[in-house]
Formats: sequence, C-alpha cells, structure tokens
Amino acid sequence: MTSLPASTERKLGLVIDLDTCVGCHACVVSCKGWNTENYGAPLSDQDPYGADPTGTFLNRVHSYEVQPETGPAQLFHFPKSCLHCEDAPCVTVCPTGASYKRAEDGIVLVNESACIGCGLCAWACPYGARELDAAEGVMKKCTLCVDRIYNDNLPEEDRLPACVRTCPAGARHFGDLGDPDSDVSRLVVERGGFDLMPEQGTKPVNKYLPPRPKDGWEGQVDVLAPFLAPVAEEPKGFLGWLDRALGALPGGDRP
Amino acid sequence: MAQPQIDLSPPVSDEVRKTTCYMCACRCGINVHMKGGKVAYIEGNRDHPINKGVLCAKGSAGIMQHNAPSRLRKPLLRVGPRGSGEFREIEWDEALDIAVSWLKPLRETAPEKLAFFTGRDQSQSFTGWWAQAFGTPNFAAHGGFCSVNMATAGIYTMGGAFWEFGTADWDRAKLFILFGVAEDHDSNPIKIGIGKLKARGAKVIGVNPVRSGYNAVADDWVGITPGTDGLLILSIVHCLMKAGKIDLDYLSRWTNAPVLVNGDPASDEHGLFLRDADGKPLVIDRHTGKLAAFDAPGIYPDLTGHLRRAGVTHRSVMHHMAARYLSDEYAPETVADRTGLPAARIRTLAAEIARVAFDEAIEIAQPWTDFRSERHETMVGRPVAFHAMRGISAHSNGFQTARALHMLQILLGAVESPGSFRFKPPYPKPAEAHPRPHFTATPGQPLDGPHLGYPLGPENLALDNGKPIRIDKAFTWENPLSAHGLMHMVISNAHAGDPYRIDTLFLYMANMAWNSSMNTASVMKMLTDTDERGDYVIPRIIYSDAYSSEMVAYADLVLPDTTYLERHDCISLLDRPICEPDAMADAIRWPVVEPDRDVRGFQSVLLDLGARLGLPGMVDEDGAPKYADYADYMVRHERKPGVGPLSGWRGNGDEHGRGAPNPAQLDRYIANGGFFAAHVPDEARFFKPWNKAYQDWAVTMGLLDKPSPYLFQLYVEPLRRFQLAAEGKGDLQPPEHLRERIRQQLDPLPLWYAPLSDEGSEGFPVHALTQRPMAMYHSWGTQNAWLRQIHGKNPLYMPTKWWDRLGLKDGDWVRVTSPHGSITVPAAHMAALNEDTVWTWNAIGKRKGAWALDKGAPEATQGFLLNHVIHELLPPKGDGLRWSNSDPVTGQAAWFDLRVRLEKTDAPTESQPAFDAIRSPVGQGPKDLRWSSKT
Repeated sequence: MTSLPASTERKLGLVIDLDTCVGCHACVVSCKGWNTENYGAPLSDQDPYGADPTGTFLNRVHSYEVQPETGPAQLFHFPKSCLHCEDAPCVTVCPTGASYKRAEDGIVLVNESACIGCGLCAWACPYGARELDAAEGVMKKCTLCVDRIYNDNLPEEDRLPACVRTCPAGARHFGDLGDPDSDVSRLVVERGGFDLMPEQGTKPVNKYLPPRPKDGWEGQVDVLAPFLAPVAEEPKGFLGWLDRALGALPGGDRP
Repeated sequence: MAQPQIDLSPPVSDEVRKTTCYMCACRCGINVHMKGGKVAYIEGNRDHPINKGVLCAKGSAGIMQHNAPSRLRKPLLRVGPRGSGEFREIEWDEALDIAVSWLKPLRETAPEKLAFFTGRDQSQSFTGWWAQAFGTPNFAAHGGFCSVNMATAGIYTMGGAFWEFGTADWDRAKLFILFGVAEDHDSNPIKIGIGKLKARGAKVIGVNPVRSGYNAVADDWVGITPGTDGLLILSIVHCLMKAGKIDLDYLSRWTNAPVLVNGDPASDEHGLFLRDADGKPLVIDRHTGKLAAFDAPGIYPDLTGHLRRAGVTHRSVMHHMAARYLSDEYAPETVADRTGLPAARIRTLAAEIARVAFDEAIEIAQPWTDFRSERHETMVGRPVAFHAMRGISAHSNGFQTARALHMLQILLGAVESPGSFRFKPPYPKPAEAHPRPHFTATPGQPLDGPHLGYPLGPENLALDNGKPIRIDKAFTWENPLSAHGLMHMVISNAHAGDPYRIDTLFLYMANMAWNSSMNTASVMKMLTDTDERGDYVIPRIIYSDAYSSEMVAYADLVLPDTTYLERHDCISLLDRPICEPDAMADAIRWPVVEPDRDVRGFQSVLLDLGARLGLPGMVDEDGAPKYADYADYMVRHERKPGVGPLSGWRGNGDEHGRGAPNPAQLDRYIANGGFFAAHVPDEARFFKPWNKAYQDWAVTMGLLDKPSPYLFQLYVEPLRRFQLAAEGKGDLQPPEHLRERIRQQLDPLPLWYAPLSDEGSEGFPVHALTQRPMAMYHSWGTQNAWLRQIHGKNPLYMPTKWWDRLGLKDGDWVRVTSPHGSITVPAAHMAALNEDTVWTWNAIGKRKGAWALDKGAPEATQGFLLNHVIHELLPPKGDGLRWSNSDPVTGQAAWFDLRVRLEKTDAPTESQPAFDAIRSPVGQGPKDLRWSSKT
C-alpha cells in the first residue's frame, strides 16, 4: 500500500470545456506523440497495421448521445485522462509505491522502475484512466506533461501539457485548481465546472465545464416574431417601401 | 517512501525545423523536433497565420505517416496484368526514359491524347503550367469532385468563396451559421474560430442532417433534409425581404441590385445589363434621376431604378429580386415539408438573423475611402457570419444553393463588413479578373493559355463545332462553368471513347481506383478493360504517389513521391494561398529529412520530365534543363516580371510581392519559420472590393495589376448569357436536349430545384451521406498506426425511425440499395440525425492488400465505400443519352444526392462487395510498434 500526501502545495490539473470540444482527437494524438518520445517507456502499439490494432493512449475522447425529454438528440464529446485525484485510489492500492502523488503539485505519476505491472491501480481507478503498456509491461497514465510544464528547455509559453497546447478549439485549460484566483478556478466558478463521478469520493482535481443549454428556439418564437413584421405583402408595395426607406438614408434622399 | 526524483527539464530536441504540414489540405505551420537526425515530435507553429500554434490529430500523427510502411520505395514497372499489383522495381533513368518514350510522340502528333489530372495536389499553378507547356487541353485537379460549386458560385457572385478565399470574422461575429459538413476543409482555423465564438458566448447554429462534429457543439441544430438547403435559404431571404430587414445602403452602393436589366423580350440582349459606351453597367442616380455608370463619382445608385425607353421598361435587379423572392413559393409554410423543418423554425431562424444583423450592428472607428472617392468615417458591420463547404456543394443544385447563400449574406450587408465574412488576399477577385478557359492544342506547341478559367458566355466554351474538346467535357453546354474541370468523368469518358480515345492517363495523388471515384467497381473494370486486339482500352497509365494506395495497382509506371517532410513545396499566391483576412501569406515545405528510399519529389520529377521532353520554359536556349529541381523553380521562375511562386523576400531580400528572383529566398523562408506574411494596412482591412486603400495595396503587392473595384453580382450576367442562348438568341446554340435545362437551371438569380437524381428515385426514401472524420484525411489516414486506432471502422449510422422500422439491434447488418447497386454493411444507431438520413465516414473502407495493411484489417473486412452505389451517370432516361450525375452549371460531382433503400440482412463474413486482394508492392507493416527516435 502506498500513502498519499496529506496535502499538496498546488493542485495542478485540467479544465475541459464540454461546450466547446468538437471531438477532433487532436489532444489524443498530441499526447501520444509527446509521451511516446518522453517520460518513461514509449507508448507502444500492437498489431498496428493488422486486424486488431491496439495501443497505449493516456488520453482518449469518447462520444455520447443524449436524448432530452424535449428537443432533438444531442451528441457530446468527452475527453478523458487521469484526473489527478486528491484521494487517488490508484495510489493507495499500489503494492510497490510505484504510483504516487507529488506533494508539490499533486500530479499523480507512475515510477516505471518500481512498477511490476500488476494492474491493481487500473482496477482501482473508477475512470478507466490508466493503461498497461503491452510491450513494456508497465502502467502508463497522464503525467500532466510533468516533463513540459517545468521544462527550462521549452519557451515559457510552451510549458503546458501537450494536449492543452494543441487543442484547436481552446477547450482545454491548465492551471492550479488549488488557487481560487487562478484563471482555471475562475473559469470553473463562472461556468459551473463539475467533478466527474463525485460519488466515488476521489476528489478529482480536473474539472469539466458543462455544455450550455441547447435548442431553445421554441422559447424565442414570440420574442423574435416582431423582427419579421412585414413592410409589404406584394412586390409593388415592397418597392414603394424601398423608395421611402431609401429616402430616409443619408445618401439616398432625392434632391 | 521518499518521492522519486525526476528530471523536470529533459532536453526536448536537438533542433526544431519549421515547415508546412500536409496531413490534409489545411497547410498549417509545424515545428518538427529532431533528435539524432530523426523526426521526434511534431507540434503547431505558434507564429503561423493558419494554425497559430495548434495542431489537429492528423498533424500530430505526422510521424506515423512519415514512417508508414506503405511508403513506396523505388520506381515500379508493371509486369503482371493491370490491377494485380505485380511490378518490377526499376531505376529512375529507366522510368523517365519510358515516360518520355510514351509522351514525346503524343506531344508531336496529338497532345490531347495525354490526360494529366492531379488529386490533392497543392501545386496546381505548377502542374497546370507543365500541362500547358506540353500542350494538352486535358488538365485539371480534383476540384470537380470536391467543392467547385462553392468556389465558382462564390467567384461569380462576390469574387471569392469560403475557405481559401475568405473566412468568418471570428473575432467579431455574434451569430455564426454553419451549413452542411465542413470538418473537411480549413480544419484548424474553423476549430480555432468556433473556440473564439464559444469563449465570447456568441451563438452557433448548425444546419446539417447529421449532428456530429461542429454541429454537436452548436447551440441550435437544424436537422434539414439533404439537398434542400437552398430552399431554406431562399425562404429566409423571403422573410427578410418581406420584413425590410436588408441592408439598403450596402445594396445600393456595393452590389448590382440597382443595375438596370434590359427588359425588352425582343432584344438580343434581353436580360443583360444596360451598359454605357465603355461597357459599364448603368444605374439610375437617385440624386439626379438620370442614368449613370455604376462607378461614377458622387452618385447614389437607386435600388428602385427603372427606365422607360422606346415603349419598354428596364428595371433594376432589385425589381426582379422582389418579384421572385416575395413570392409565396418561398414562404416558410410552403417549404416546410420539403425541407423537413417546421415553418416556425424557419421564421425564428430568419428573425434571429435579422435581430443580430441590424440590432447588434457594430462600428469600427476607421475612416476609409471608396472607389467612387467618397470618404466614410467608420466601418459599419453586420455581425452575422456564415460558412459552408462540401455539405451544400456536393449536390446537383449545389451551385445555385451556394449562390443563394451568398445572396443572403449580401442582402444582410454581411460580406467584407466587420463581424461577417472577410476575404483573404489575393481575393476578392471577380470572375472577370480570372482567365477564360484555354483549350486549343497544336502538335509540338504549348497550349494557347491556362486550361481553367471562368467563362463569361457561350463564346468561352471548349467546343469544336459542338463537340467537346476536353476529355472531361468541361466547359460544354452540359456544365458550362466547370472552372475546376471534371476529374470524376475522365476515366469513364476515356473508356467510352467519348468524346475521343486517349493514349496516356497521367495521375498524381488521386486514388481513382478506389475512394476518389464514383462507381468504384466499374472504374476498376474500365482501367483493366481490353479492346478486340487485347490492348487496354486506356492504353497507358502513369501514376505518382508516395504510398501504396489502391490506384498504384492500376498503373503501368509508378513514380514514387516523397513524404511531406522530405520535399520542397510552395504554397503559393499563384494558386491556393494560406492568407488570412489581415495578411497575405505564402509558405514552403523543405526537406527536414532526406528520403531513405529511392524516391523523388513529384514536382522535381515533372521538371526533369519536362526538360527531357524539351518543353518550353523548362529548357534553356541550348536545350539544357532550366531548373535543377523544384526548389530552384520556386526561386527562379517568374510568372510575369517580378512575380514568382513565392512573394516574400524578393530582389535583394527587402522586396515583397514584386521583385527580381532572390537566390537566398528559401533561406529567408526557413529562417522565418517556413512562411511569409505581410499585413493588410488598417484602412484596407474591410470593404476590400471597394476600398481604395486595399486596391492600391494589392497592386503594390502584386496581387492585382491595376485597381479593379467591382460590384457584387446578385444577378450573374454570364449565367443569363447561357440562358439567352437556350432561349434561341445568338449564334452559339445548345443542343436541343439541354435547352430546357439550361433555360431553367442557369438562372441569373439564385433558385432552388430538386436534386436531378430525385427523378426516378421513387422507392429509395432514404438520403445517404458521407462525412470526413476530423482525425482522418481521405484515404491517407488508414496507413497511420495511430489514426486508424481512432477511426478503423465505419458503420452506417441510422436514425431511430429506420433503426426501429427495420427492427435492428447492435451488430446487425443492412443491405443498402440505390438505383445503381447494392452494398451490405454493418449498421449502428444514431438518434441525432434527420429522420430520413443515414451516413458513414468517408474513405475508411480499404481494398485488401493496399496501404501495407493486413488482409484482415477491419477497414478491408467491415469498412466500406458508399461510392459503390453512386454512379457518375444518372440512370438511363430512355432517351439514349448519358446524363452526368453532376451539377448542370459546374459539373461538380453530386455525391450527396444519393438516395437508397435499406433492408435488414444476415451478417456476411465481410462487407459487400468484397474484392480480391491486390499484391502489395511494399509488403506489410510490422506486428509491433514501439516508435521512438531513441530506438
């Protein structure tokens, strides 16, 4: 069993905007590219050109359809990676101490040299956010790009997780959710950010911003109707109106 | 236990090389991180005008494309029968000698017997120049089966269209309305734009039968019936005009709404504009009540203008628009059933557009001067932005639908005003400023001008005594404004010998034996058919591709191209630029790594071939090659004095736009991150077609030869010229069987008509569409080990109504039958659909043996193409004629007109039709992949 820090100095994490995510998978592949080349073992792929290609990804996008009681069905794109929980069950379940939560920033990591690939952590994670690499036999998970965010070899503006830097729609935000004045904390307050599956008691650091209400046009029918009040019913009446309207324009008055 | 010490600042790379992505046609800037001479990581270039640092899934997966096992390795000569995939590897000299031995006699005797068509090529100004020098009239790129309706409707209406021509004003729009599938072009800029709109709380409305992708994040979804977008738009126009919610000042000043139309039915110019002695269209000036040229200083053109002369009244375009669009034919109640939308939904959409355009107008305190020399103190904007692409374009009514959308934008004053739609240099550029088509072939000589252009009337058609001159029958009465050619008709026509037989089909990067053709199985047969002597009906096929695509197996000679990280390219202002509304820009690719195979960049090969053939412009006076390679051409070629493929750092390095060739130009591009950008002056940023400051700047930068202000063409006179011919006026007359259709469908004012294949589609009640996933590009994505894990299957997504009616459950299969044929495919339920629309992902299905995939790959066993049930011709009508499944104005392939019926069926072992495996010229990819530059 491995223990969690009593508290962390900061709570670094992601805020993911479900109102804006178009489901393009840019974050998925950027993550794969960075993390196959950096922290720990490469993210391998099995049967990559074959009948059943599978590989290790630290971040995946799922799509779900929702059918509200009224109005048309809706589709949501839901990116999912490790939520760097405060009460991370994946850490406490680890028999070797390989899984740990960093005291300084709260990032949950796997020390690959201590990982025996038993898979208990993946079993303990209620979010399915960990994947055992089939080639390396070690557990892989989101590192929050710990090798980018403090990296002096990167320009300061690039010290972000790869998924955040690449997101074309700007649906992913990174920051300290332990600081109520941070941009990400403010965004969570403004947009009603929520915890994923709070009933699990994991206290996830990552937050999701909910989709805004959709398809409200029926409530606007009467409000907007005056904008279409007719000026004329027939072409002739329309041209008469046109002539009067033009006469009222600064340039269009007849001498 | 102590927390492990980890290195928080590991070295990221040895070097960053900045070039241009080619994982799709978007052309984003990329930072390629190199480690130990290998490509280690690819990210977006923050300084780049297109993507501003972000990068999509495809771009980030570039490493897997660059290292794909499907890469061709060496020139190939066919040794087995066509389609078998049996080749022998040969040296480049042998390959080029063979090509010369085939092409040289053609050039000397009958240059039209070479048909040279390029697919997703980004060097069309170069490939077109080569084809022109060769002298064949038979050249085009893939626009005819892509989005020529959109491009052409935009050019004729307003001098530009969406994507490469212009974009929504993402920073200022308050309402954004997206018509149809658009995830396939301009991918990162649109995603960045939607992100900006969302961050500002602006409203997004999606009009699309399928609620996926961008429509999934739309605040409101309008699940329209496919092919009826034009009817919805004209109904919105009806509502707005009737309510007077149109921008009268804008229409008076900047459009041809006040231009007078000849109203004399007896005249040969009936329906054409009244013009002065200089040929300028005439308006009535409200100040004087007299006739005036449209551009006369100080006038205020009268929208209600009319002129009584010799007993005939000539009325303004606005009169004609009122007569048409105020008709109840376009009332929401009339169009509701047809579009599948409640009338109240249409009215509310129109009202919301009216509210935002006029009640939330914006104003920028920026004085400017218009082309009539009138000064304006501010720039007033209508913050309603629209975008559309394939969705409305790929129908046989797509041209007029795109026209209708542009008319709606213009009626609102929502083009080139702040908050609306903005052109990107070198656009705006009206049809008149583009060339006309050229097609006169002379043995041993170059063609008389560029192939593709914008006809202004029947006199510009490519006809010889009524017979089509081009193999694709572009620029004929069947499709007069086919500005991008009709690549999808080339193989069919060449096989039929209609209008004539060709000798050599030369294709670049176009998967015509699979997903890029309609009627795929028949196309494969056409490519392998032999005549009575046992010779192939299409005698010779040369193909260039970087990868082992399905088309490779059908070539006689394969010229292997490089990957995008191994090559020079220029993304040039001469063809498909990467500009933004506030900047003109162009870019290069350069070899950030050298090929490790015996392959060559296609453009360099084409220059070599051109020199071996002695083509003008490609050899010097002694007959020696003029250019060492494509990089040399990019720097030294001049299309006109001082204007070359690249606009930055010309002359001694200080001149932009115009200037002498600069031998150090590519170094400057590389030092600047692979691109050049010059910013549009503040005064010139909006109202570009009429803005003196913009017109002058465009001349300075080499975008225009002289200031060329023009009016937006709500009424398109060139269309009327064709219609007039169909009415019997003039010497050039259409064939009788096309007369009625031209009279109806080449209307100078936008109209809607049912998709042409609706006739005869009784019993096929369901619309079938494809969409391109955001993480895949055409056929290319499947060879990519990472991307195919995201999209390795493409079930047919079915709406609840049909899912229930057929009693389907997960894992079931359906037979999909069109008037042309049947396929049997896996089905999946999706509720967020128009109730009579099914769809699938485009080009996921693969032929066994292609792309270095295992024969059991899901793309080959469960994937499928809808192409098999779409024919390039309409079903026979009993008149003995071949009617093309295309838009009658532009010839655009009508992919999305497809209608089908559905039946539940037992699950076959694999999707049907299934084809034999082709033999892979590159073997198959490895069983395991642990990609890392470290290994």
